[in-house]
Amino acid sequence: MSSVVPAFGPDAPARLAGLADVTASDAALRRFLHGLPGVDAVGLEARAAGLGTRSIKTTAKAYAIDLAISMIDLTTLEGSDTPGKVRALCAKGRRPDPTDPGTPHVAAICVYPDMVAVAREALGEGSGISVASVATAFPAGRVALPVKLADTADAVAAGADEIDMVIDRGAFLSGRYMEVFEEIRAVKQACVRKDETAAHLKVIFENGELSTYDNIRRCSWLAMLAGADFIKTSTGKVAVNATPANTLLMLEAVRDFREAVGVQVGVKPAGGIRTSKDAIKYLVMVNETLGDDWLSPEWFRFGASSLLNDLLMQRQKLSTGRYSGPDYVTVD
Amino acid sequence: MANEKFAYAPAPESRAIVDLAPSYGLFIDGEFADAADGTVFKTVSPSSEEVLAEVARAGEADVDRAVKAARKAFGSWGALPGAERGKYLFRIARILQERSRELAVLETLDNGKPIRETRDVDLPLVAAHFFYYAGWADKLAYAGYGPDPRPLGVAGQVIPWNFPLLMLAWKIAPALAAGNTVVLKPAETTPLSALFFADVCRQAGLPRGVVNILPGYGDAGAALVAHPDVDKVAFTGSTQVGRAIARTVAGTRKKVTLELGGKAANIVFDDAPVDQAVEGIVNGIFFNQGHVCCAGSRLLVQESVQEEVLDALRRRMSTLRVGDPLDKNTDVGAINSAEQLARITELAEAGEAEGAQRWAPACELPTSGYWFAPTLFTGVTQAHRIAREEIFGPVLSVLTFRTPAEAVEKANNTPYGLSAGIWTEKGSRILSMASKLRAGVVWANTFNKFDPTSPFGGYKESGYGREGGRHGLEAYLDV
Repeated sequence: MSSVVPAFGPDAPARLAGLADVTASDAALRRFLHGLPGVDAVGLEARAAGLGTRSIKTTAKAYAIDLAISMIDLTTLEGSDTPGKVRALCAKGRRPDPTDPGTPHVAAICVYPDMVAVAREALGEGSGISVASVATAFPAGRVALPVKLADTADAVAAGADEIDMVIDRGAFLSGRYMEVFEEIRAVKQACVRKDETAAHLKVIFENGELSTYDNIRRCSWLAMLAGADFIKTSTGKVAVNATPANTLLMLEAVRDFREAVGVQVGVKPAGGIRTSKDAIKYLVMVNETLGDDWLSPEWFRFGASSLLNDLLMQRQKLSTGRYSGPDYVTVD
Repeated sequence: MANEKFAYAPAPESRAIVDLAPSYGLFIDGEFADAADGTVFKTVSPSSEEVLAEVARAGEADVDRAVKAARKAFGSWGALPGAERGKYLFRIARILQERSRELAVLETLDNGKPIRETRDVDLPLVAAHFFYYAGWADKLAYAGYGPDPRPLGVAGQVIPWNFPLLMLAWKIAPALAAGNTVVLKPAETTPLSALFFADVCRQAGLPRGVVNILPGYGDAGAALVAHPDVDKVAFTGSTQVGRAIARTVAGTRKKVTLELGGKAANIVFDDAPVDQAVEGIVNGIFFNQGHVCCAGSRLLVQESVQEEVLDALRRRMSTLRVGDPLDKNTDVGAINSAEQLARITELAEAGEAEGAQRWAPACELPTSGYWFAPTLFTGVTQAHRIAREEIFGPVLSVLTFRTPAEAVEKANNTPYGLSAGIWTEKGSRILSMASKLRAGVVWANTFNKFDPTSPFGGYKESGYGREGGRHGLEAYLDV
């Protein structure tokens, strides 16, 4: 492969077209996905646990904490969300630690589609923070395709920079891979704005529902073949969300995909990552599986809400030597 | 893969937890004592060549004294109810757990292996072994060796330097559980953890003479094995020394177990889970710097996936962190001794001279101490020395095969037979391969996994007898 192109760039579709034969029919796609190497669960989990024992101290810790903050999709996805809540979250995202202006801002604010306009306005111009919106009837995705597409288009029209879609797990689990593939393609199309630019598309698998590691690897390739800019572990709304092992598996998938197709895709673990220690373990996995090329908010994100405050407390402790406690970070 | 942005800062484990004395004696009859002839030797840290301590060097007279002490102690120890012996072993296991950090640091200092391994593998397994055999002490009647199996008497045990404390546990735990007393000789390059274990025995209140530790060289080991009042000989080490021991004990009443060398095949089929297979290959040969008798030192990869597997393996090897064994992020530590380094170097050069292609990731090795970069040889055939001789270092020889039958043939085509690995997603192939491989341990979709409940031992020149599990009791019972 001569060069690597980003999944959201203009050259990616041509690269994907090079694999048109594997997505030419339901049978071809199935053969391809089922031909991927299997995953040994014990070995995968052991590797993830092994990387979790890395000891990240002093300068490395400071780097990791700032990087993790800059990779956060600061999220509120509740029925009780209000404009006030979303504005507060945007303020927090811009200046996570009011006592230290050197603190990096988060990558994005992640909200439901009806809150996109509020977030857009609250962030204003030039904040460097994206507005991400879940769409396609998040989290269950149990509506007809036209409704999903309308949901997506609505969020994009309201100013979303990024769309986090959910796949149809029912279709995937019943083996209708082509249906899932076509749906991702359609949503990707719905992300295109009037001026031909497009919101970045993150594809959520809901690993807890896909259940097996083999399924997660297949789903990763399926989503990347369909044009996903990011692949994302989970909605945060089910019992099992991001785990070190299922995230590691997706990291391996984007690595292999880039190797094979020359298209670079990002990864976003979401749900259940609450402490700095956890976040650093994920960054170690990125570092040792993918290396420098993925160590930026452009290619790796954390879908999280409470994680930010723990990172801020650890950041304060590193700079002052004291652990000041939860009353010294803001509650939003 | 570039790894420059996120550079890990040094994360050294503190060595303050280990209180090293300038000198150590022999441990005989519950007391530390100088050697009868007063000789001593130095033990160094292989990662820095720093002298750690001076240790008394056992000679023939000391062996005799230790065996006499063990014989005397056997009378009452062997007669204790199993439940009482079990209590001592449980106590030792708990103390080992409590002192695990200290012992892990000590082992890393004396052996050169990374703290990550001593902390996460060696010490947990050491304690597990004592817990496991403690449980057998009062259940020997149910072990399948008759209603009232008797101990043998005095066990003379000689252990290697690659897992000093773990090999001690493999030897001492079943021996004591069965009611024997022991005289153990640790390797000359790694005597310290055995001497700290002597202190653990005292802390546990173990009766005098039940455990005797004789640091020393091969001459002490030979004297111990040959001692007429030793009832049982257990040895882990090289096949060459194993042969000498077999000759020594031939024709005597002594019962022997030998756990010797290996040249294990790690067999990767075209349907293997590639990422996990690569982890298994790495763990199989670079765990403990390849100083592992059951190391997967021959990679047999199906020719149709050779490139894919080797590309992934090279990429993974490039992320191995070689350096200060006390750093918690170190994956590969120091070679145990200058002598071993010379042997590895010589065999690697022979590999090149015989036409195999040598590759190692770019890695900066420390300037003092004994170091060897993780190394891969491709284009190796069964005729190469590096495919036949045990290197006992971080050197992997890659061979290819076309069919399962050829894999079996090549895997078995070695004088050794300690272990083997199979990587395939096909369960029936695992069973079929496992039944054809002549190796004591066959791992399926994993490698170098140890558990006290599982017997371990070899075919052919890898030795005889089994250690671990219920089978491990047989070696220490009069059956």
